[in-house]
Amino acid sequence: MSEATGEGLAFHPMDQFIVKPLFGEGAVHWYTPTNASLWMAVTVVAIFLLLVIGTRGRAIVPTRIQSIAELAYGFIHKMVEDVAGKDGLKFFPYIFTLFLFIVFSNFLGLLPKAFTPTSHIAVTAVLAVLVFATVTIVGFVKNGAGFLSLFWVSSAPLALRPVLALIEVISYFVRPVSHSIRLAGNMMAGHAVIKVFAAFAPLILMSGIGIAVTPLSILAITAMYGLEVLVAFIQAYVFTILTCVYLKDALHPHH
Amino acid sequence: MEGDIVQMGAYIGAGLACMGMGGAAVGVGNVAGNFLSGALRNPSAAAGQTATLFIGIAFAEALGIFSFLVALLLMFAV
Repeated sequence: MSEATGEGLAFHPMDQFIVKPLFGEGAVHWYTPTNASLWMAVTVVAIFLLLVIGTRGRAIVPTRIQSIAELAYGFIHKMVEDVAGKDGLKFFPYIFTLFLFIVFSNFLGLLPKAFTPTSHIAVTAVLAVLVFATVTIVGFVKNGAGFLSLFWVSSAPLALRPVLALIEVISYFVRPVSHSIRLAGNMMAGHAVIKVFAAFAPLILMSGIGIAVTPLSILAITAMYGLEVLVAFIQAYVFTILTCVYLKDALHPHH
Repeated sequence: MEGDIVQMGAYIGAGLACMGMGGAAVGVGNVAGNFLSGALRNPSAAAGQTATLFIGIAFAEALGIFSFLVALLLMFAV
């Protein structure tokens, strides 16, 4: 696309999302260690440290790390129970894994020089399609053909039901698309906005107008960064709670 | 010359796609504002509805993200 010149931005705001091999240059194959796979591994190690090392003591008065692990566990456990119902608790390990992976890769991606795996649709699409497949299979296994009553809104007037059924089917199949793009889009947009403001920051070195622009842009980076910390958590929360909602639809399809 | 016109069209389209974000902004503001006015009338019921609030915001926001995606596709993929 647009190459960096003396006139334009010093770097491109989308450059941070390029997947690069960790060692040397060259093509990226499925087995190549890249910055994406590195940061996914860091995410998994961080989750392992939090849950396994943090709860190793099993103290009655928990240490700080143990209480973080317990808070996260209790938070998701309550969410699954409230939204998907008691029989949804069978899927709690899966939903808790999803939440921890997303929340950790969102937060670790906020570190300077880090790579955010969840900013790539390829990563979030895998998560969302897995949720979609799980929910559909569970729905058919649990309810048989009765799962199709999810699309037949029996509370609506009879004449409207075929139209509503069409809309419901379309919205059902759009679910994995919006589920994955919401997370990836939010992470990508936030990081790109920070980079756009960051590109304005060194203007003070180039021109007189920079004296006015540089403090403003640094202020804007700080504010956006604060918002991003919030968004990193909220998007993980939204992804998880939507998974619970879809699961509830599969377990109790009747409107 | 012809490629330039195509690229110009892509850039204009990307800019136009960003208008969709305004709609998402109105939608998210509507959800949050109505939640707040309901919550101030009955604060005791508000705490139980925060999950619904976030689901509503997520659905409204997704459509804005779609327009952002269209803009990105026009900038980088077309």
